[in-house]
Amino acid sequence: MKLFDLRGGVHPEGRKNLSAERHIRALSLPKYLFVPLQQHIGAPASPVVNVGDKVLKGQLIAVAQGAVSSSIHAPTSGVVVALGDHVAPHPSGLPVPTITLQSDGAEKWITCETIADPLALSPEDIAARVGAAGIVGLGGATFPSALKLNLSRSSGVQTLIMNGGECEPYLTCDDRIMRERAVEIIEGIQLIAYAVAAKEILVGIEDNKPEAIAAMQAAAQGTPVKVVAMPSMYPMGSEKQIIQVLTGMEIPAGGRPADIGVLVHNVATAYAVQQAIRFGRPLISRIVTISGGAIKTACNVEALIGTPVQELIDFADGYSQPAARMVLGGPMMGQQFTNTNIPVVKGTSGVLALTQSEIGQAAPSPCIRCSTCIRACPVGLMPVEMVSRIRASDLAAAVSFGLKDCIACGSCSYVCPAHIPLVHYFNYAKGDLATQERVKLKQEATKKLADTRNERIARIERERAEAAARRKAAREAKERAKEAAAQAATETV
Amino acid sequence: MTPIAHSPHAHAPVSIGKVMGTVLLALTPATLFGFWLYGWPAINLWAISIIAAIVGEALVVRMQGRAVRPVIMDGSGILTAWLLAISLPPFAPWWIAVLGSLFAVIIGKQVFGGLGQNVFNPAMAARVMLLISFPLEMTSWIAPDANAPGFMDSLRVTFMSQHMDGMASASLLGHVKTEFTRGVGLDQALAGYYSPLHMLLGSRAGSLGESAALLLLIGGLFLIARRIITWHAPVAMLLGVAVPALIFNAINANHYAGPMYHLLSGGLMLGAFFIVTDPVTSPNTATGQLIFGFGCGLFTWIVRTWGGYPEGVAFAVMLMNTLTPLIDQYVKPRIYGRDRKGAALTANKGA
Ligand code: SF4
Ligand code: SF4
Repeated sequence: MKLFDLRGGVHPEGRKNLSAERHIRALSLPKYLFVPLQQHIGAPASPVVNVGDKVLKGQLIAVAQGAVSSSIHAPTSGVVVALGDHVAPHPSGLPVPTITLQSDGAEKWITCETIADPLALSPEDIAARVGAAGIVGLGGATFPSALKLNLSRSSGVQTLIMNGGECEPYLTCDDRIMRERAVEIIEGIQLIAYAVAAKEILVGIEDNKPEAIAAMQAAAQGTPVKVVAMPSMYPMGSEKQIIQVLTGMEIPAGGRPADIGVLVHNVATAYAVQQAIRFGRPLISRIVTISGGAIKTACNVEALIGTPVQELIDFADGYSQPAARMVLGGPMMGQQFTNTNIPVVKGTSGVLALTQSEIGQAAPSPCIRCSTCIRACPVGLMPVEMVSRIRASDLAAAVSFGLKDCIACGSCSYVCPAHIPLVHYFNYAKGDLATQERVKLKQEATKKLADTRNERIARIERERAEAAARRKAAREAKERAKEAAAQAATETV
Repeated sequence: MTPIAHSPHAHAPVSIGKVMGTVLLALTPATLFGFWLYGWPAINLWAISIIAAIVGEALVVRMQGRAVRPVIMDGSGILTAWLLAISLPPFAPWWIAVLGSLFAVIIGKQVFGGLGQNVFNPAMAARVMLLISFPLEMTSWIAPDANAPGFMDSLRVTFMSQHMDGMASASLLGHVKTEFTRGVGLDQALAGYYSPLHMLLGSRAGSLGESAALLLLIGGLFLIARRIITWHAPVAMLLGVAVPALIFNAINANHYAGPMYHLLSGGLMLGAFFIVTDPVTSPNTATGQLIFGFGCGLFTWIVRTWGGYPEGVAFAVMLMNTLTPLIDQYVKPRIYGRDRKGAALTANKGA
């Protein structure tokens, strides 16, 4: 298949060999599970259990709230011991509302509905079941999958792209799941394709995962699913980039893939969809890579949602040396954390303990305008120019240089020889921008309120004046009539 | 709580120091060759230039109350002085090197606000200053095949401006220019004076490093291979010289020298691979660098052909430096999902 060119991109050291050959193993059952109510983009789910309730594995414990949200299920059987705040993998580092479950060790499932022929279901039904299973994008975006299916079905899908890029260094969770569960993934892909009536189905996998490609190709034999090897490059697994390399199309600025008839899902999401539709199992676990130079035995585990990260680290035999930095996700876009009591959530793809030399950070020096960052940007931005505008507090100029188009992939920071934290500036400026826009919206809303109020007052005045005028006219008419009558009377006299 | 570090949590194994170091490495063969050709005076001059740059920069940075160590350690001042040194006549007196280096790092760089802020390439700015202020010292070239002076002699050359009798020689470009003013045509002027092979190998009178076109070319290719520079500006500059040379040579071969002569002489190779590729003073985008490089080449050819000076690289680079901000303003990459003007692309569903 013909692939299309990408601009920019970088080739960070993969370090996937640390964990790539390690089979997915199930973690032993933790005593306590901490299940946050918000593990997805949108509104947090609302709990439907109380402290002291006994729950079964897979039981609904919090239900989706509003249009963009996702339901949450009990990862194991046990007792709800707390409803309250617990540390969570959130950028703010603040505790978030969490359901704490004490496992009873029985792992007793709810009765799951098995469906032998899922294609007999209607597409709407499939989307509804995906929603009920609490499935979100497992590639890291954690957008509710059912919503994506519904939006795409109504706008029409030409090409369904399954993302098996996994371009972040260290991470091998998608690699492993494709090697070990290819048949299930291919079935899940076909269900997604059926749910949105996709005409073409492409699975893009970076060519540094030959075993995964082979396994997926074998499983795809005789199906309309096409498995495509893509060149290994970061950020190949970013939605915009994988669309570009496979179809040559670009999403118009400010738009969504659906605008150009494309739908992108992660391969691990396809597995979750298959499990949900075929076996009625909600999303209660995920594959996580534990790796990094400071981890003794890097590996891949299937962890229940809510498992404290510390248990994963213990499972990997702990640290081989003190970690300079702990990261959730990949090193390019992942998020630092310090408290190892945070739980695994639906979007947790990796737990990394990195050494100082792996981080490779140095004190920033002056920008030499070498334009390496420009060459690295996959979006065609000029990071050096954006940063100089942000430093001068000229956000409008930074936006005109494309600040809003930045996908925060980190390629520019990664290659900058001056070690300038470019992405840090962009994130900070985007935050400021969001605040400004919120303030503006609020001002506009206030202005609108004031306007309506003024209008109302003006209307009332007008009405009052009109009423007064009417009364006056009526009075005058009456008087005139009276006068006329009087006149007539005198005349007749 | 420890401040949360932002992604990415990985970094390419690069730094400003490493970039500068690689460039210095690429310059080394041509420089050593120059030392071998011209002997101790060239080495003295090179060493003095670098020491002057380090000391001068350290003093100024200190006066500004900034940390001295990182500024010196980034290697940019050394590179500037090195580039200047190998563009000087090898037997120039010591104060030429000192003045040039100080001018380059202080006026050419620190006054603008330090590394990354300067408008002009510091080495070229210093060279132009020297050329205008001290035309005599800056155009006294030495033929390399004469017996190179020993160390003690070299001290007299460098520090006491002692002339080495019988060794004075014009650089090729200078020679041709002089002959032109005397009304001598190219075929005669070049007779016995020019052989492309000699030019390539550097056994010709010229500045310290710029004589060795071949070694500079190799150094430049090394930098391209190491992704320190891209091919755009160098190739464009060579074309900027070769194209007009080819056209005018075809029109009047006795008055206009051909492309080979231009490409291999003077500071062109040095300029193409080490000067117009200066990150700070060249445009940001590939297209911008093509325009910039071609402009540098074209103006070099114009100065050489019609200007008052035999060599034009430094003038051409400074002229184009002033256009860099303009080029950067007009030549920008197209942003993903937008057209060249920045408007969102129109959705083209299921194409
Ligand atoms: S890569 Fe760094 S030093 Fe180079 S232009 Fe960009 S910001 Fe400046
Ligand atoms: S973080 Fe933004 S500016 Fe930097 S390379 Fe990625 S998209 Fe470009």
